[in-house]
Amino acid sequence: MTSPRTISKETGIDDTGYKYGFVTDIETESAPPGLSEDIVRFISAKKNEPEWMLEWRLKAYRHFISLLDNEQLPKWAHIHHAPIDFQQIIYYSAPKPKKKLESLDELDPEILKTYEKLGIPLEEQKLLAGVAVDAVFDSVSVITTFKEELAKHGIIFCSMSEAVQNHPDLVQKYLGSVVPYTDNFYAALNSAVFSDGSFCYVPKGVRCPFELTTYFRINTAQSGQFERTLIVADEGSYVSYLEGCSAPMRDENQLHAAVVELVTLDNAEIKYSTIQNWYPGDENGKGGIFNFVTKRGKCQGVNSKISWTQVETGSAITWKYPSVILQGDNSIGEFYSVALTKGYQQADTGTKMTHLGKNTRSRIVSKGISAGHGSNTYRGLVKVMPKADNARNFTQCDSLLVGDKCGAHTTPYVEVQNNTAHLEHEAFTGRVSEEQLFYCRQRGLSSEEATALIINGFCKEVFKNLPFEFAVEATRLLEANLEGSVG
Amino acid sequence: MANAMLEIRNLDASVGVADVEILKGLNMTVRRGEVHAIMGPNGSGKSTLAYVLAGHPGYVVTGGEVLFEGQNLLAMEPEDRARAGLFLSFQHPVEVPGVRLSEFLRAGYNSIRKSRGEEEMSARLFNQMLREKAQLVEMEPSLIQRSVNEGFSGGERKRNEVLQMAILEPKLAVLDEPDSGLDVDAVRIVANGIERLRRSDRAIILITHYQRILDYVVPDYVHVIVDGRIVKSGDKDLALEVESVGYDKYEEELEKSLSG
Repeated sequence: MTSPRTISKETGIDDTGYKYGFVTDIETESAPPGLSEDIVRFISAKKNEPEWMLEWRLKAYRHFISLLDNEQLPKWAHIHHAPIDFQQIIYYSAPKPKKKLESLDELDPEILKTYEKLGIPLEEQKLLAGVAVDAVFDSVSVITTFKEELAKHGIIFCSMSEAVQNHPDLVQKYLGSVVPYTDNFYAALNSAVFSDGSFCYVPKGVRCPFELTTYFRINTAQSGQFERTLIVADEGSYVSYLEGCSAPMRDENQLHAAVVELVTLDNAEIKYSTIQNWYPGDENGKGGIFNFVTKRGKCQGVNSKISWTQVETGSAITWKYPSVILQGDNSIGEFYSVALTKGYQQADTGTKMTHLGKNTRSRIVSKGISAGHGSNTYRGLVKVMPKADNARNFTQCDSLLVGDKCGAHTTPYVEVQNNTAHLEHEAFTGRVSEEQLFYCRQRGLSSEEATALIINGFCKEVFKNLPFEFAVEATRLLEANLEGSVG
Repeated sequence: MANAMLEIRNLDASVGVADVEILKGLNMTVRRGEVHAIMGPNGSGKSTLAYVLAGHPGYVVTGGEVLFEGQNLLAMEPEDRARAGLFLSFQHPVEVPGVRLSEFLRAGYNSIRKSRGEEEMSARLFNQMLREKAQLVEMEPSLIQRSVNEGFSGGERKRNEVLQMAILEPKLAVLDEPDSGLDVDAVRIVANGIERLRRSDRAIILITHYQRILDYVVPDYVHVIVDGRIVKSGDKDLALEVESVGYDKYEEELEKSLSG
């Protein structure tokens, strides 16, 4: 299991007996760059984690190192970037990973402009940008009422760090149960060094009365680059979770390797919506976030349902495949996605639907839009296992091209091991047609307004699955992002 | 001359990259309040004229000029022509999937209002107006909430075009074969809708293949267009003449005059 390199490091430390060689750095709340077993131990100690958590992190770390040593980085995605130096990354930096800004004047004017276009209130802008917010900020009272309401229903909603301390049974039972640390390269890395994230548990029979969002949990809003989220919906419960925000987040971290795990027990449902608008890099393709995320849900119980909806407009590179394991009989998995790439952005995204139980159903609707020099790939797998009698899948993956320097690719995989399965696949690739544009312009719309309208129509099927306010934001976000991309 | 709304002088135009000349020195003057019918055989340049006036990027003007209320129309972007009050009813309106008709029209309507410094209209008020005007062309109200032209029958598309004209209240409406492909009843409905949109301050250019629609929308002038030129102009009786003698006669005459 462990590579020679890991052992030698361990030995080195044991020889000196000096466990945390960078103890002075604790003062500055930040570890030196680089990844080692010490760093993993340091992170765990810093969070005052129980032994089992540290053990799990260490196992993940060793697995990651063995993958790294054997150069088993995922290479199959249709993306291109310079190699990442994992020894140059700072893996622990807390509790203030980002420098607080004194005022919005210090913020990138481009980001400010987008905030204005999206109509984000000033106080909220400050929060997003990491500007120190007044204690009297209205949201504080909002957060308090919100927490009281949750407690009334017995819903646990806290940071992952708090959950490890206060709900160890639940965390131990479910953490890694959907995405084991051995799952893939970035999942291994995340498991070793995850900083924080959200934890949610909805008890039996409880229907969460409002949409949960990390926005209400500002204490961990800055959980940094290796976020870990776990949501468990117990029997007969329901929860809708919103991740992210349509406004671009100021962020200095280049690599984001998050893991999200969802579990539904019998008759439970989780709806997970994401709007991702991380920094995409400048107009020449310089900078920007590498968003390498593993998201997976497990419909563990019968008649349970997991639905992913994502709107991906940011990041230099997006690499994510929110998937569903349909284990319980009659369970349902859904994936609705809009991915927009412009400038030099690259996206390789899609889903994996694994049918294990009988009468399981899955639905995939993917809409890729490429503009500028953007590259957009849909990659999906529908897998029907031998015992999954009467499994059904419907897949629709459409691509729309704006301009003639962008690219769209569709890579659907199908593996069927049960001949009662019923699979349907529809795909469309096309351009925003000149005739459609002219029709809209003849009715008074500028070519930018016309393009945005046509693209919004193209995305309608996905947007209608978003909670209303989110859908409105997604529409405005698309318009803001397309500005200047239409020639 | 002073009250001419549209002045077309020696207009030459070709289509796209093929560089096939379609309009060859076309002349026409339209004053406010007038209805001009343009008749002609297939390929004579009727639709090209409509597209060139509206600014379709697939057509290239190679000569001549067009003044719209004294302004150089050909220098304007298609949306600016629309905002200035020019409306084109499409012969083959396209589908815009996922965009509700109400949403589509309100976007255009408000864009035009904004360009005039007027306030945008709320969705509630706009939809109310839309439902009222839909009655003008006996349009099924449910169509308003459907995607633009998606799954619309030929007749529904044509009615939809007239509805859009009613909403956008243009100064000049160019109607490209609003009757093509329609049965007798549908022609009557569309034609009655157009007739009710006739105003003393609005001009209409009605392009058609058949005389039938002109029984309802009686034109002030009829022009016969052959091979990119207007070969004969007259009053409404000319349409009846065309109907009885066919286009061959005009084509032959043109050939003779060109060779002579």
